[in-house]
Amino acid sequence: MDFSLLGTYLPDFVTALRVTLTVSAGGILCAIIVGLICSVIRLWRVPVLTQIISAYVEVARNTPSLVQLFFLYFGLPKVGIVLEPVTCAIICLAFLGGAYMAEAFRAALEAVPIVQFESAQVLGLSRTQTLSHVVLPQAMRQATPGLVANVVFLVKESSIVSGIALADLMYVAKDIIGMNYDTTEALFLLVVFYAVILVPISLIGDALERRFS
Amino acid sequence: MWDASFLFNGNTIPRLFEGLMVTLRISLISVALSIPLGIVLGALYTRKNRAIHALMWLYLTFVRIMPQLVLLYIVFFGSAKWFGLNFSGEAASIIVFTLWGAAELADLVRAALESIDQSQYDSAFALGLTRRQTFSRVILPQAVRRMIPPSVNLITRIVKTTSLCMLIGVVEVMRVGQQIIDFNRFDYPGSALVVYAVLALLYFALCWPLSMFSRWLERRNA
Repeated sequence: MDFSLLGTYLPDFVTALRVTLTVSAGGILCAIIVGLICSVIRLWRVPVLTQIISAYVEVARNTPSLVQLFFLYFGLPKVGIVLEPVTCAIICLAFLGGAYMAEAFRAALEAVPIVQFESAQVLGLSRTQTLSHVVLPQAMRQATPGLVANVVFLVKESSIVSGIALADLMYVAKDIIGMNYDTTEALFLLVVFYAVILVPISLIGDALERRFS
Repeated sequence: MWDASFLFNGNTIPRLFEGLMVTLRISLISVALSIPLGIVLGALYTRKNRAIHALMWLYLTFVRIMPQLVLLYIVFFGSAKWFGLNFSGEAASIIVFTLWGAAELADLVRAALESIDQSQYDSAFALGLTRRQTFSRVILPQAVRRMIPPSVNLITRIVKTTSLCMLIGVVEVMRVGQQIIDFNRFDYPGSALVVYAVLALLYFALCWPLSMFSRWLERRNA
């Protein structure tokens, strides 16, 4: 390995890191919102919407993220919906991640004992108050390990955005390999950069899991 | 836009089917290889030996934390550079999905083995069973039952993830889909929409039954 090359390529990777982080952070944030909305609708058993959400969750979890991304990026323009690559990547992660988050939240919401709902009702709390003051605070603790696991998963999945020519970490590594054949240096930097993002998150996840289990 | 008649032109459907077979071949070979490997690795991981444990931890952590696409790049581009091994895209994919599947499975094995209550060991000893009998007659049957639902889920994850193989040049169902889109670009400008919807449907048809099966097993065990 040529260490001087690492210095040469470092700035490219730092720029790419910004793309990976933007897409991941945007996607994760939207996924959490989508997941929360979906799980609350399911908890309240809102007719029709509940069935639609169940179908959405199955589709999002049982099709590859790459197909979802390509459908959004190459397919939707055919019906006049043209999205910026970054927007497209974020929507894709939100679509995929929303379903995973919804499942994590649902498991946590279902773990809240029924007596909590009943007690809140007896105390005269409305359905919304019960949710925001009684159920969600308890469920969120439960959901944290699953949420962190999904965060790791979504950062990993963000690597597919190189497929729609977004210059993320994967894209830069491939570029260096293709242009200069500096494979060793490119792969080394690639692994280091992903490790820098993912190892801390995953360690936090492990610690949380131990604390809550 | 939703004109899908081009799907029935020429050999479009047979080509998609061929691509699907490549996807299935990569998935099934990887699953078949990762099952024995994963069980061995998982059993090793529960060993008390510090060195083995550290080594296993390093392997599992690395393989499970890196995006699968990074692993594909390492094997596909790295082995050519470092060892002069020019794997075909398909061979590289099978290697990666085997190593990754084994790592994921090893973790499931470990979790299942560790989830068995200490009282099960104690009771077995009290009944006069040897260590080997305890493991094969008491612990393993319970662990396997807990392991199977997430393992079936792992298969769907492997099938879905093989779509990444197209990014290292494997002509599997995704790539065939792209070729069909390119071929019909001028006569059917809306083909991308239809083809990706069809691809989603194909993957869904493969993965959804497995997901349902996994959930059914889980509910039955609970």
